Amino acid sequence: MTRFRRLPQGGRIDRAKPVSARFDGKALGGFAGDTLASALLANDQVLIGRSFKYHRPRGLVAAGIEEPNGLFTLGEGATTEPNVAATMVDLVDGLVARTQNAWPSAGFDLMAVNSILSPLFQSGFYYKTFMGPTKGSWMFYEPFIREAAGLGKATGLPDPDRYDMRYAFCDVLVVGSGPAGLAAALTAGRSGARVVLADQDSDFGGSLLSGNDAGHEAWRIACIGELKSLPNAETCARTTVQGLYDGNLAVLVENRSHLRPDARKGEARMLLTQLRAKTIVMATGAIERPLVFSNNDRPGVMLASALRSYTNRFAVAPDKRAVIVTNNDTAYQAALDLATAGVAVTVADHRASVSADILSRAGAKGIAIFPGSGIFDVEGAKGVTRVKLGGAHAVTIECDAVGMAGGWSPVVHLSSHGGIKPKFDEAAAGFVPGGFPASHYGAGAMMGTYGLSAAIAEGSNAGASAASYAGFGKTRPVYAPEHVTDRSYAILPTWAPAYSAKGKAFVDFQSDVTIKDVKIAHQEGYRSVEHLKRYTTLGMGTDQGKTSNINALALMAEYRGITIPEAGTTTFRPPYAPLTMGAIAGRTVGAHFRPVRLSPLHDWHVKNGATFIDAGLWKRAWFYSWAGATPETAYVKEMELVRRGVGLADVSTLGKIDIQGPDAAEFLNRVYVNGFAKLPVGKVRYGVMLNDDGIVLDDGTTARISDNQFYMTTTTAQAGEVMSWLEYLLQCHWTDLNVQVASLTDEWAGMAVSGPKAREALQLAFPAEDLSNDALPYMGCKDFPFEGVTVRLLRMSFSGELAYEVHVAADYAISLWAHILKAAAPTGIKPYGLEALASLRIEKGHVAGLELDHRNTLDDLGLGKMAGKEKDYVGRALRFREDCQSPERWSLVGLELMEPDKKLRGGSILFAATDEIKGHGRGYITSVTWSTELNTFIALGLYKGGLGHEGEEIIAAFPLKNEQARLKIVSPHFIDKEGARLHA
Amino acid sequence: MMIPCPHCGDRDVSEFRYGGDASKQRPAHGTGDLKAWHDYVFLFENPKGPHTEYWQHVLGCRRWFKLARNTATNEIGGVVS
Amino acid sequence: MSKHYSALALARHALDPGMPWPKAWESPEPKSSYDVVIVGGGGHGLATAYYLAKNHGITNVAVIERSYIGSGNVGRNTTLIRSNYMIGGNTAFFEHSLKLWEGLSHDLNFNCMVSQRGQIVLAISPVQMDVFARRGNIMRLNGIDAELLDAGEVRKLLPYLDYSKDARWPIHGAIMQPRAGTVRHDAVAWGYARAASALGVHIIENCEVTGFVINDGKVSGVETPRGRINAGKVGIAVAGHTSHVASMAGLKLPVESHILQAFVTEPIKPIVDHVVSWGAELFYLSQSDKGGLVFGGHIDGFNTYTQRGQFNRIQTVAECAVSLMPFISRLRLLRHWGGIQDMTPDGSPFICRTPVKNLYLNGGWCYQGFKATPASGWTYAHTIAHDQEHELVRDFALDRFEKGRELDEFGLGNWTYKQ
Repeated sequence: MTRFRRLPQGGRIDRAKPVSARFDGKALGGFAGDTLASALLANDQVLIGRSFKYHRPRGLVAAGIEEPNGLFTLGEGATTEPNVAATMVDLVDGLVARTQNAWPSAGFDLMAVNSILSPLFQSGFYYKTFMGPTKGSWMFYEPFIREAAGLGKATGLPDPDRYDMRYAFCDVLVVGSGPAGLAAALTAGRSGARVVLADQDSDFGGSLLSGNDAGHEAWRIACIGELKSLPNAETCARTTVQGLYDGNLAVLVENRSHLRPDARKGEARMLLTQLRAKTIVMATGAIERPLVFSNNDRPGVMLASALRSYTNRFAVAPDKRAVIVTNNDTAYQAALDLATAGVAVTVADHRASVSADILSRAGAKGIAIFPGSGIFDVEGAKGVTRVKLGGAHAVTIECDAVGMAGGWSPVVHLSSHGGIKPKFDEAAAGFVPGGFPASHYGAGAMMGTYGLSAAIAEGSNAGASAASYAGFGKTRPVYAPEHVTDRSYAILPTWAPAYSAKGKAFVDFQSDVTIKDVKIAHQEGYRSVEHLKRYTTLGMGTDQGKTSNINALALMAEYRGITIPEAGTTTFRPPYAPLTMGAIAGRTVGAHFRPVRLSPLHDWHVKNGATFIDAGLWKRAWFYSWAGATPETAYVKEMELVRRGVGLADVSTLGKIDIQGPDAAEFLNRVYVNGFAKLPVGKVRYGVMLNDDGIVLDDGTTARISDNQFYMTTTTAQAGEVMSWLEYLLQCHWTDLNVQVASLTDEWAGMAVSGPKAREALQLAFPAEDLSNDALPYMGCKDFPFEGVTVRLLRMSFSGELAYEVHVAADYAISLWAHILKAAAPTGIKPYGLEALASLRIEKGHVAGLELDHRNTLDDLGLGKMAGKEKDYVGRALRFREDCQSPERWSLVGLELMEPDKKLRGGSILFAATDEIKGHGRGYITSVTWSTELNTFIALGLYKGGLGHEGEEIIAAFPLKNEQARLKIVSPHFIDKEGARLHA
Repeated sequence: MMIPCPHCGDRDVSEFRYGGDASKQRPAHGTGDLKAWHDYVFLFENPKGPHTEYWQHVLGCRRWFKLARNTATNEIGGVVS
Repeated sequence: MSKHYSALALARHALDPGMPWPKAWESPEPKSSYDVVIVGGGGHGLATAYYLAKNHGITNVAVIERSYIGSGNVGRNTTLIRSNYMIGGNTAFFEHSLKLWEGLSHDLNFNCMVSQRGQIVLAISPVQMDVFARRGNIMRLNGIDAELLDAGEVRKLLPYLDYSKDARWPIHGAIMQPRAGTVRHDAVAWGYARAASALGVHIIENCEVTGFVINDGKVSGVETPRGRINAGKVGIAVAGHTSHVASMAGLKLPVESHILQAFVTEPIKPIVDHVVSWGAELFYLSQSDKGGLVFGGHIDGFNTYTQRGQFNRIQTVAECAVSLMPFISRLRLLRHWGGIQDMTPDGSPFICRTPVKNLYLNGGWCYQGFKATPASGWTYAHTIAHDQEHELVRDFALDRFEKGRELDEFGLGNWTYKQ
């Protein structure tokens, strides 16, 4: 039998442009201007899916964003997108859609057995069972529950599409393009203000798009035409304002899926705009509520306003007869329009009497009205066949569709995002905004203003006020079309079904929550709105309860014997509608997830066989192909190079800070634990700084370039933190110090020249400079010009060998690096990478990131003696807290592997030889390396009591691999304890 | 949230680094009083309401400044000198 | 009318639609006096009341909640439970919590859907693998399950991650705790409330504590809009608002209130079978039994009591989600919300006595409040009952900063807003 059919004329579809999509593997025809939903109805596909829990047959309920049932999976393969509301999908050629959550098909679904078992599946049932027989039994039941839940299916494949994000600014943002929104946008636009009008629909006009009045249509066209002609106005269709955030940040998302954008051409499927609006006019309209009665979920039962939209906008109407059930006057708009389209209409009106005006207009169209009546039951397994009325007129009516008109719920979501709770308006029988901050305005149905001319006037006023607030004065109001009569609303709120049979009466279609579930929640004490939602899952679906929340709230208030305002309201949280994750992430994904920081020497490394490793945001040269193909073999050869000859390493990632000013020395003296006040010009010093809590923050070196200028290096990891910290101290606290700091991390490059032949190598590179031990002793530094470029040479060593760091402006880094390699070639100099760099320092006992982990004190790291006794420094007071001074603390030790056939691993836990191997041990290994000098694995670690146990044999346990090894505690300075190499 | 940088003007919060309660008085350099430092470093009024706090325009001009903000509403009161 | 929940009871009720279920918890009028008043009807407060009654026989107890029970963080978190803690003061406490989780549904006769699906923490560098190994080793040494996974093993378990050369950071491996997982968060509040109520505890909703009655440094009751309620002992359990409530007792604490946002997508059929966390940035995701992907990241980074997050943080978290699991790009975010959490300078909580006699503190939970719920209630009840901290929480003391005994589990340093 036919239930819905395409009308021979009318509608906003372009009959000259047929469109062919595929639905469940079959062709689905329609016209440009159709949505997937309207095309399904036009093809008389009334049964479109199964419900979430009971697998009951379902049809479309709405024509807009609030649709709870009509969710489909779109696309194929990697472009598969589950749970898309058919009402929001433009029908385009090549569109592929299929039903979900039904097996084998929506028409015949085996899971419908759930419906028979439904008394078991009442709200909260899963909290009461699936607990036995053993404690872990849920792990047995859970997979079945999980499989049954969920709606559509994701593929697990990467999304091939592209998403864009932009920032924008405007004076007036108007949300919603219904009569109020159009009036607001145009009035604001006429003032010269920069206006953005956004609407989630594919066209502008809001409720006007569902009407059939030529005068209204002319007004709509004129408004849009004028608005689009304004250079200061931007109109955004298919653009949902998803949320409002602090600082008038509106997040708009435009969906361009209908254009079939091609990611390979850089076209985005969606565009997210972060719009900073000086003012916002909300004209978000209202959503019609269903009525709750027995079997109100049969396919073909929908909102009266949806029937009207399908009829007028999409030229799809019930085949012969529709029954409309209402508690207010707005339903008659739908009734009259359906009748005009040739549908026989019967209205069951909950109210005892209907106005004479309606009676006469309805009578003229042959509409039968049954006052004092409601729906008792709906019949028809896979689509409505007949309706039984209850109340004053208990008649049975054969019909193809049912329209529900339970009154309107203003869309107050956006107005609530800022934290202002909506308030209940008795006259509007719905929640309206509870107030607005100064720069926000509301107009039209979202304010509970349902008359057309009233909404336009309110919109125009709001637009003028917003423009004025944004600093724009003169404008002309927008007037309603002539001869508009604002129809009455006259709602008699009805929540619990007055006449209902015993079938399931749904409150929330998508979550399959019935009136009985609300009753059970009440019985069991889940009475606050939030408990009700969480216990029954009401409003938790993809429709976010747009059609169900208010009915449920009102029912709960009724059961509790309190008023709706007393029962409160739910919190409206962004996003307003399900928001594609890709659109939020934009292009900041994959390789572009976070910026890549490259050393100025990076290109050289790439060309010369470096393998890279990530170190925070940096890509660092890990090892070079000359030394081997894997890091395990290469780093050892590179270490040998440095220990026996000379190597060149890129240390440009170190934080580099230029510190200048007459008080610079005093400043450093406060920041570092050790003295810097008397550091001579031409000297560099190792320094450690603490946080205010007395815990080590960072270490590094600082060179005195001149009386008033210093050059600081920090660790790579803490560079940003240290810079910020220095600025904080200078700008917020030590404002009396005349010091300026500037980061040179990206502006300067650094290269370490290390090894016994380092001086020889540099002398070859810089023959004009006297680099003798006398001229440039250990911890000396000098700036000198080389081929017109200033080179900063610092004699210091991370590796423990005779070593220098050569720093130069980043632009000259590669040429200087190449020059050193070329000039010093006779020394056998080669590059070495991060792995060798980090291993050489272990042999020398220098601490690094794994030891500087914000948990250790100076003494823990064996650096306590460095601290000045006579001076104050940051962190001094709290450094001396009781436990910070305890000899039992874990402190730095060197560790030597005693069992040559074994391997040492970082993260091993340390135990004394006699300890039982359990608990937290006495410490752990921080850093491990193979020692080319000692021919064994060595490590740095933290151990309770530290070097007090020097010489003891202990145990390193690595239970994750069931390994244990014997170690000896030694000085962390494995090589050259006297520092002869450093001073050579 | 828009934060008014005294040097650059209104900028998105994502450009800034928060720096904690600015109403606390940092003990003078040279003060060795453990309790004074403990209270300064570790204790917070943490009011639900007006709050003065440090921010740094870390992805901009690097200026540190004091800002008045209401922690109950995130309403910005402006830069405090 | 069945009080006991079981499949059989469910069937009996199904067959007899006239038979109503009893209220899950009673809502009595407050008495003028109780032995113990717990301020805060969240997970921790309700659990404390339950264990006071069950473990210590103290049933003359009221839980006073300013809104509905479970309206705070127990209903706003990402539902994760785990016990992968390596600092001495933490490990045993969180493992005790996990053990209590394992028996909770049975203990409470309320299905909290404790799902031990395993947590996998992904490492992005060899160095991070070492850091994770230390954690895993400590866990093993304390009788807690932990497994090191190499990149190949990760790929078998989590085929949908980005293993392509486009990934900003490669996946080197992971550490897994098989017993970690998720719990149906609201059920925890309801289950504890129901079980506590059955033991005689009074649960008083919509009643805000507006002050403490303190004389000579000793608390003897609380003030509420419904009048003064006397109490032998008072326990604070209002994480998120701890500073605010404690200030009414004249206490200034090492706590700042910060917002942590959480996110859920539309429901889909099962695809993510574990809790997945990432070492690149703080990011964690699991799939709820209802089908939504539930995930979160870092706090917004400045103190606030508004439960509204900033959009830049939402972007950050979405970027993490899509970069780590590229299929998520096509799914849609259904809701995001914010919870206010107590942040402390070392990222660790307080369960202890206070300078006010008979007034006890439970707060400062940072990111770990939900997973701690059962052990927190267990040890807090002990602390209140005995006026002496339970041995599992002896390191969760207020004076640890004075003493230099910070419990910095992740080595993040002394910044509440970075912990």
